[in-house]
Amino acid sequence: MLDELRTLLAPKWLTARARARKKERGRAARTAILLTIGTIFWAFAFGLLYRLLAYFRGVPEIGPLLAGKLLGLILVSFFSILLLSNVITALSSFFLARDLDLLASAPVDWLSLYTAKLLETVLNSSWMVVLMAVPMVTAYGTVYDGGPAFIALAVLTFVPFLVIPAALGSAITLVLVNAFPARRTRDILSVIAVLAAAGLVVLFRLLRPEKLARPEGFRSLVEFISILRTPTSPLLPSEWLSRSIMGWLTGSLDLLPLYLLWSSAAAAVVLGALLHRRLYARGFTKAQESGERWACEGWTGRTARWMLAPLGVVRRELVLKEVRVFFRDTTQWSQLILLAVLVVLYVFNIKFLPLTGDGITFFIVNLVPFLNLALAGFVLASVAARFVFPGVSLEGRTWWLLRASPLPVRELLWSKFWVGTLPLLVLALAIVGVTNSLLHVSPFMFAVSVFTITLMTFALAGLAIGFGTVFPRFETENAAQIPTSFGGLLYMMSAVGVIGAVIVLEARPVYSYLSAVSFGGGESPPVIELVLGFGLAAAVCLTATFWPIRIAQARLEALER
Amino acid sequence: MIELRSLTKRYGSFTAVNAVDLDVPRGELFGFLGPNGAGKTTTLRMIAGILRPSSGSIRIANIDIAADPVAAKQKLGFIPDRPFIYEKLTGVEFLRFVAGLYGQSGDEVERRGRELLALFDLEEWRDELVESYSHGMRQKLIISSAFVHKPEVIVVDEPMVGLDPKAARTLKDLFREYTRRGHTIMMSTHTLEVAQTLCDRIAIIQRGVIRACGTMDDLRASAESGVSGLEDIFLRLTGEGLARELVEVLNA
Repeated sequence: MLDELRTLLAPKWLTARARARKKERGRAARTAILLTIGTIFWAFAFGLLYRLLAYFRGVPEIGPLLAGKLLGLILVSFFSILLLSNVITALSSFFLARDLDLLASAPVDWLSLYTAKLLETVLNSSWMVVLMAVPMVTAYGTVYDGGPAFIALAVLTFVPFLVIPAALGSAITLVLVNAFPARRTRDILSVIAVLAAAGLVVLFRLLRPEKLARPEGFRSLVEFISILRTPTSPLLPSEWLSRSIMGWLTGSLDLLPLYLLWSSAAAAVVLGALLHRRLYARGFTKAQESGERWACEGWTGRTARWMLAPLGVVRRELVLKEVRVFFRDTTQWSQLILLAVLVVLYVFNIKFLPLTGDGITFFIVNLVPFLNLALAGFVLASVAARFVFPGVSLEGRTWWLLRASPLPVRELLWSKFWVGTLPLLVLALAIVGVTNSLLHVSPFMFAVSVFTITLMTFALAGLAIGFGTVFPRFETENAAQIPTSFGGLLYMMSAVGVIGAVIVLEARPVYSYLSAVSFGGGESPPVIELVLGFGLAAAVCLTATFWPIRIAQARLEALER
Repeated sequence: MIELRSLTKRYGSFTAVNAVDLDVPRGELFGFLGPNGAGKTTTLRMIAGILRPSSGSIRIANIDIAADPVAAKQKLGFIPDRPFIYEKLTGVEFLRFVAGLYGQSGDEVERRGRELLALFDLEEWRDELVESYSHGMRQKLIISSAFVHKPEVIVVDEPMVGLDPKAARTLKDLFREYTRRGHTIMMSTHTLEVAQTLCDRIAIIQRGVIRACGTMDDLRASAESGVSGLEDIFLRLTGEGLARELVEVLNA
């Protein structure tokens, strides 16, 4: 069986090795940037946790309880993410992967197939959580002097912690595919996953974890400590992992949670394998069916066609195609739910900003709308990265059609730009409008915000189209993976650069103006400074809009596929 | 209608197409044959404007594709060998979209779309998303899309792959009728019987170079004595020994 397993895994390993060895232009730079950003993220996460844990360690009695509670909260989030991620990954690896036809027709033992696919699922769905866990575990080990053996303990406890959700997730997927066709299951799962992720984020926010840091909010110390002592979820593997780690670090290692982790992992794999033996063949057959897919142009289609008529035939058909393809792909539109949650949370946080009382100066009150602009810009950049950036990559397989047609590349890029920019602009104006109303900003600041966010939206969409074209991922079928590429990273970095530049260029003249108006007495507002600041900010935005699209046009015209 | 002059395509040090000269006049059905990797698809993709030649020129209906690609492509329809299309559009929406790319819309396009779908037995599937189509149905939809804007020239790469016998017959009749009406078709195929019965002239390309070009009689002459069918001519010209150690291979 081991030989068979090795054979089954060999193509994956050989592909990964070939990809690593492939000589590509700019690979060294890419690796260097990724390493730098990864190191910064790790250093930041480690630094933050280190400070917090060091503070907890200084608190007698409840310090370790707080550290354990925090670890439990982080691990329960990890476990939820892992479970969701495994359910979705298992659907691809067990039912939709391209190698399955070959494997299904080969005399491969069911157990080898299950083990190979389970390993593939674990690796594909867990690597990100593992990367996030490294600085966390290091911070705990460093603050509580875990010693070198702590590393071994961490590995020993994390392995079953990763295997359990993989076996569970694969089993859930197996049952779901037996109930629905695989492609329909993918649609259902993507909506469930997004709803669950959104729910998790909202729940975490509504729990207000910050109140744990303020014991004065509780009726008595006894109540506070009893809350800390109560396990968050005693039946979850995250709790066992948390207890193992904290037990080791506080010198009271309890072997029961470690035993629970390993025995549950083994049981999950065995039960998963038995379920696989019983249900896989039926599920795989069902996975070959596609759901009922029917679409007929109703009144909405005819109205859209009529409304878009002034654009001309070519642009109208391009826009209609973009909209249809987006809204018929569940994996695409379902992410709008996550976006809505992100926006609601953002507005929620702005609403509860303490902007009155002692220490709140005129400067701070006017700084907040600027920070709000920068943050709203960042939210828009993330949205553009997810929805505008992949636009050109998604044309990869159909590029022959566009290239062989008389469609000028410019038309294609600008159609994609407008289809992405208009909803983005509506979102931008809504965010800024609502948050500015909540912040009670002056009419002048309102006008500044609307002007800036409008120009910024154009710039962010232009950059997204530009970077998305220069760094395309034509072979990726899943649009959600495209923004996580190297090009996506560069896009986010340049977007942050543009947002920062605009804010810096506008901040000084606006502050001078507000000072002159509020405290200047008879002093006239600095008109030249204002014109210069806003002019330069507009120039930056317009350059970031047009320049990337021009580069993208040249790049696409030279593209051969 | 299609003029290729010293058409060359290099990928690094490898020359896929080497100084190809060809003329396909109006109303001709031209066959383009060759072994795998001979340069057929590369040549056709250059004519379709998808790949850029390393050197040489391509003229479609007297328009240089490098000088005025939009005008040249306006005259052209392309059918690729791999049917990748938008999965989330229905058949009829896809035809409408392709016509739109050529600046055409309205009742005429709708009527033509309906007729083409009916011709290839896709009428029942017109409102189904392409993702539920089989390989052959996708191929039929792409073939329909190449005709929907009534191009003067059609370039086809392996048209018969995945088609059922009825659709293959329909396609042959369609090609014949289309060229009879003065349009031009250039197609590559591995189905030698199709090339022999359908094409007015045939070119055989090997390692990027045209080995022979002409009518069946011309090809027979260039393949020298003792051959009559296209298969024999093809094998003689491309030097592919068919029965080469077959028994040894099977016994190995």
